[in-house]
Amino acid sequence: MSNVVALSSLIQGRQVWQGRAAPAPGSDQPTGWAMLDAVLPSGGWPAAALTEILLPADGVGELQLVLPTLARSTQAGRTVMVIAPPYAPYVLGWEAGGVVMSRVDVVIAHAADALWAAEQCLRSGSCAAVLTWPLHADDRAVRRLQVAADTGKALAFAFRDRRHALQASPAALRLELETEPSLQVRVRKCRGGNPPAHPVPLSAGRS
Amino acid sequence: MLWACVLLPHLALDGILRRRPASDTPLVLLHGPAQARSIFAANAAARAAGLRAGQRLSAAQALLSQFEAVEYDAEAAARWHRLLAAWAYRYSSEVVLLPHAIVLEVSRSLGLFGPWPHFEARLREDLCALGFRHRITLAPSAHAAYVLAGVHDGLALMTPDTLLRALTPVAVRHARLPAHAAASLPAMGIRTLGQLLRLPRAGLQRRFGSALLDYLDQLTGAGPELMQGYRPPDSLDLRMEWAQEIEHVEALVFPLRRLTGDLAAYLAGRDGGVQRFVVELEHRGMPSTRLPVGLLAAERDAALLFDCARGRLERQQLPAPVVAMRLLARELPPFVPAGRDLFDARPAHAMPLEQLRERLRARLGEQALQRLRHTIDPRPEQAQTSAEAVKYTHAVEALPRPTWLLDPPIPLRGPVPTILAGPERLETGWWDGGDLRRDYYVVRTAQGQCAWVFCAPGEQGPWMLQGWFA
Repeated sequence: MSNVVALSSLIQGRQVWQGRAAPAPGSDQPTGWAMLDAVLPSGGWPAAALTEILLPADGVGELQLVLPTLARSTQAGRTVMVIAPPYAPYVLGWEAGGVVMSRVDVVIAHAADALWAAEQCLRSGSCAAVLTWPLHADDRAVRRLQVAADTGKALAFAFRDRRHALQASPAALRLELETEPSLQVRVRKCRGGNPPAHPVPLSAGRS
Repeated sequence: MLWACVLLPHLALDGILRRRPASDTPLVLLHGPAQARSIFAANAAARAAGLRAGQRLSAAQALLSQFEAVEYDAEAAARWHRLLAAWAYRYSSEVVLLPHAIVLEVSRSLGLFGPWPHFEARLREDLCALGFRHRITLAPSAHAAYVLAGVHDGLALMTPDTLLRALTPVAVRHARLPAHAAASLPAMGIRTLGQLLRLPRAGLQRRFGSALLDYLDQLTGAGPELMQGYRPPDSLDLRMEWAQEIEHVEALVFPLRRLTGDLAAYLAGRDGGVQRFVVELEHRGMPSTRLPVGLLAAERDAALLFDCARGRLERQQLPAPVVAMRLLARELPPFVPAGRDLFDARPAHAMPLEQLRERLRARLGEQALQRLRHTIDPRPEQAQTSAEAVKYTHAVEALPRPTWLLDPPIPLRGPVPTILAGPERLETGWWDGGDLRRDYYVVRTAQGQCAWVFCAPGEQGPWMLQGWFA
């Protein structure tokens, strides 16, 4: 041990993770699900960042998770982009969730163009939220989305299949939807805190 | 009245140079019959090598072994001239085309564009961006400004006295006098305008007729100036051609930037916008490729027009090499600038939403961007549309409706699902032949998905999947 480094300088240099992170500032992007907000370190969606939502199958309730957020944004007059959705959004169902459909732009694109479109929308800074379904996106593409979301200060939601859970992801928040025993959300990764040990049931209702 | 004259001494040459990237290769414009070709104009590199306008082609070839020669096209030069008139129309409602020059009345524009030094700087900035060399003078009469632009650059005269003083030393051969007077006056010992103006009017009238006196009156501002004003055309047709063939789309980007820049300059002059225009790529011996560019609203920002046109161009497969590019804009609706909030909280570099939508449409196609709205039709397949004509209405549907729609419905496979709600019978559509009679149920599949399914009335299966409660 030739060079001795003082412990305090390491800690002050913020190079050592202490396990007990400072509480993150409260998010101004609540998810609309009280129990989920309670376990997330920022108290809501990570602002200006990518949220990855992993699904066992299409149609398990992934939109229910984000509809309160979309409703809040569109009612405030902000635009939401839905890029290359796997099915057509059904207007009546979305409106029942409170979404103002005149503020929702659906972009029809091929898989190759969809990532480009998502990045453009995120980067533009004129969208409140961007929903994408990257099918064949690799680590780099996901990182681009994350950087674009940060640049344009927008919420990015990437819906992906559960099998991508094993890959590392640059997303600020990773949620996995589970349907057994009932619909629940397991936080796989969250920036700024430890993921909670237990899944959050969604059937408990929104706030 | 104050007239600004923009003299364009190298109009034809600049028209050629501006559509190619800057380079140091000597270039000349040729004209004249095939036996006696001579140089019409030469660029800086060619002039440095000793090539001059009016020189014979054979003499030029003796001086310089390698240079590029382009045929002088009077029609093209006239087109550039008109384009610049359209640009000048932006600054003044009285624009007159004179040979190699544009004259515009600016006394009323000064209030809008600031004092003359600012205004002049603005004109020069625009002309440099458009790629035309120029000289600018200001004088109380149009003809005087035109004459002075031939001998000065940047001269600004506001009053008739200073004008007379400035005109006095101008040589007669530079004064753009009527041809017969200009030819014979030097032989009489009259060399400057000052000498000419001091001559008795009666004698001049006898010798040269009233044309010369009228011209002198116009020059000094004593007589009325009658000139044909410029009126901008109602449609725009710009064309650019190359000597060589272009095979790659990337190489077309530079000329495209010029064309859209010209379009923007023209639109700004006309105080209009463009909503759709066509870029035509011409090929040798086959019909040209048309690229229609459509915008959501009338726009005239050069960068935005270029961005959209480029998006279209980059998606295009070239069937053959391109020899010319043409830009046609027929519909030029009025332009309404978009308002922006002073206290906008968005990031500084944010792109306006409309511009983002244009960009997406340019790359992905006209129909790529949809705003869905529901109709009053109860049939799920017809319950929503992206058509613009339908108004947004707010409907409250008491019965459960999914968030994803499968159109057309597909058979639901897998184990027998659990029924959560239903049936809800839809029996409708008798008015247009699309009758349907279905019982809708909300079911949960073995995988835990919540599905909106239907089957024939009174039965429970086989299920057709119409939507997901995602």
